[in-house]
Amino acid sequence: MSASQFIFQLFNGLVFSMLLFILAAGLSLIFGLMDVINLSHGAFYLLGGYIGLTMVRQFDNFWIALIVAPLIVSGLGLIVEYFFLRRLYGRHRHLDQVLFTFGLALIAADLIRWRWGAYVESVPGPDELKGAVVIFGALFPRYRMSLIFFGLIIAAGLGLLIGRTRIGAIVRAGVSDAQMVSGLGIDIQKVFAGVFALGTALAALAGVLGAPVLNLYPGLDLEILILALVVVVVGGLGTLKGAFFGSLLIGLANTFGKALIPQFSMFLIFAVMAVVLLARPSGLFGVKGN
Amino acid sequence: MSQVKAEHLCKDYGGVTALANVTLAVESGERRAIIGPNGAGKTTLFKLIAGEIAPTKGRIHFDGHDITDLPVHTRANLGLSHTFQRNNLFFDLTVLENVRLAVQHHRGIAGQVLKSVSGYSAVNAEAESILARLRLAAQSQQLARNLAYGQQRALEVALALATEPRALLLDEPTAGMSPAETIEMTRFIESLPRSLTMLIVEHDMDVVFSLADRITVLHYGEVIAEGAPGEVRANPLVQEIYLGAPPSVPPRGG
Amino acid sequence: MARHWKWAALIVAILAAIVYPYAVRSYFLSLAIEVLIYSIFAMSLDLLLGYTGLTSFGHAAFFGLGAYILAYTALGLTDNILVTVPLVIIGAALLALIIGFFALRTSGIYFLMVTMAFAQMLFSIAISWSDVTGGSDGLAGVPRPVIGVGAWAYTFDSRESYYYLVLAFFLLSWIALRSIVGSPFGAALRGIRDNEQRMRALGYNTFRYKMAAFVIGGAFAGLAGALLTHFTQHAAPETLYWATSGQVMIMLIVGGVGTLVGPMLGAAVIRLLPTFVSSYTERWEIVLGLVFILFVLFAPRGIVGLLRRAVEKRP
Repeated sequence: MSASQFIFQLFNGLVFSMLLFILAAGLSLIFGLMDVINLSHGAFYLLGGYIGLTMVRQFDNFWIALIVAPLIVSGLGLIVEYFFLRRLYGRHRHLDQVLFTFGLALIAADLIRWRWGAYVESVPGPDELKGAVVIFGALFPRYRMSLIFFGLIIAAGLGLLIGRTRIGAIVRAGVSDAQMVSGLGIDIQKVFAGVFALGTALAALAGVLGAPVLNLYPGLDLEILILALVVVVVGGLGTLKGAFFGSLLIGLANTFGKALIPQFSMFLIFAVMAVVLLARPSGLFGVKGN
Repeated sequence: MSQVKAEHLCKDYGGVTALANVTLAVESGERRAIIGPNGAGKTTLFKLIAGEIAPTKGRIHFDGHDITDLPVHTRANLGLSHTFQRNNLFFDLTVLENVRLAVQHHRGIAGQVLKSVSGYSAVNAEAESILARLRLAAQSQQLARNLAYGQQRALEVALALATEPRALLLDEPTAGMSPAETIEMTRFIESLPRSLTMLIVEHDMDVVFSLADRITVLHYGEVIAEGAPGEVRANPLVQEIYLGAPPSVPPRGG
Repeated sequence: MARHWKWAALIVAILAAIVYPYAVRSYFLSLAIEVLIYSIFAMSLDLLLGYTGLTSFGHAAFFGLGAYILAYTALGLTDNILVTVPLVIIGAALLALIIGFFALRTSGIYFLMVTMAFAQMLFSIAISWSDVTGGSDGLAGVPRPVIGVGAWAYTFDSRESYYYLVLAFFLLSWIALRSIVGSPFGAALRGIRDNEQRMRALGYNTFRYKMAAFVIGGAFAGLAGALLTHFTQHAAPETLYWATSGQVMIMLIVGGVGTLVGPMLGAAVIRLLPTFVSSYTERWEIVLGLVFILFVLFAPRGIVGLLRRAVEKRP
């Protein structure tokens, strides 16, 4: 691998890492507060992508899709939380919650196939970000470059939200003790609903942003979910920092793995996970779960 | 030779010191009570000896072996058994199944897969006799979660005893029991063989003074007094901690 | 009295299973073979989930490895089940030892994700290492099995004969698992499910017990995968896919966890569902998901739990 190839792969790895981060942050947030591993998170990603596709076709404007699709999906997330997940809170029902989201993922996958068909759909990026920049003789597409910035902005925004605001404080307290939050007279149900909506919105946002890079096709929901799960296992469930650095690690491992050992790129990712688990069973930045 | 020995034990929780430099030696067959106000570090000391948590500093010995780095189950297999401050039972199993789990392990048949549990009559008989001694025989087919609180407390002790320990750590065995149940449990503990070493954390001073050979007083994670019940009672520092008055119960020997 | 009824029901069920091939069309015979195979698979997961409390979401790893080991040996070495089945069982058990070594350091949700990730890793290897695994086509042309000692050999080439072979393996698996869950070892597994901390306090090295359960469960899942491969004559990467892990989980939940009858009922219902639903709608996966969600929400103890409740309500 030459130096320019290396830089190009590094660049692609960073792009993929940022997409993964936006997705995994939602998954990790939901787990951190509610102790729910949302196996339909990948389905929300894909749904976001497809709704975005429909929007782009309808209005011929990527930016509308980028705003509207996450809103629609987070509305669906609210409905799911309010009518179903809420029935399943409680100490001994974690497995039931996971199983419920698994059932939801099955239904969603089939519904998506029903509505949008089983083809690979490519989505054009926004017109403003067409073309590429030449650096050191390598071509860097503008859209992908902007994804890195976008991911960093989301990371900073979430960091501020969790670290500096009252809602963030509740979420952080909920991470360590949900009962205490209820004891302070805060309506934990509303916080749960809000975080679930935010988490699903992030999934859909990643779906819209990722569509021009990864395309859309049935089965992508699972591929991306598995990667996001590995990210949160490696980074540590429930921490934003873990989601960020876990995404970097897994995103880069995935990209370089595909370039260097295409047959075993997934193997490389799981090898990383196994090593982390051996050294730190609750992940690099994890505090709970064991 | 002392059977249970703690040397310079320290335990910090994120900068908060729960136990600071506690040294303790309990002779074989001795009945030792650990007392002290809430937050004195009694339960922390117990968890350290039992192996539920790891010390920040210090060593723990049992029968001359250094057990500081051994996991809970290895300590249990050496003969060091403990009860929990909060009932920690197999709540979804029957009372008999609870005790049988302890008995089948120390009899070395817990790995058997060919014969049904009910076929091991010696295990069942032993489990039932332990339940009878703790007056739980009538409840043997009930789920542990359906027992009255005092009965659950008794089952907690039954589980620890069923492993046939040589040293037993009892963490507030009578907590939450009715006065009648407390008297019964105290009598039961008294009736255990004198060869069994016991460490007891207890708030009820009646229980402490009727059971203990020696008493260790913890305060803010440190040992502030240790001796026979009479000595401890007479200790001015102890009197001061217990609201300036001597413990309310006259000595009954032991 | 109740005991007598149980034995009578069991004998009737076994007799019915024996005469079954003479009573039905070949389509239903194939369905029955699949139901029996998936029953073994679901029972093996129940040993982990229902009895030990290990929420494995990657049970397809062992099922699929069993399928591939069988296809590989049957195509290249021998199709004698006296050789292939032990190889499959050893292979699946070894895989369980490796995955368990990592996964059993974690618990709860982490365990679920780690087992799922390992299974998915095997899936991606099966897809990409096509020289060995046949890639996304898998390994086709697997022959029907032979049983043979020395010069004597018998080939299970008819559907009926293969049905009886699967029935025999099913009964053996059922007897073995029944014996395990009723034994002191099985009691220890239930103890771990209920309260692992207390088990350690009693002196149990719970890691070893969990590992033993994981390995036994993996071995039976491998057997089920091998039996399916001989039947479909094809080892497909889908056997390793998470949908397979999910499907066996659905069977178990719908049937009823913590019992051995539950997995069988669940396997039957879920395997038959597409047959009945597909005459009304193509979207049978939506129906499957809905059925599953309804059970999770309203009948978490599955069909067995519903039946028990019905019996208890009767005066």
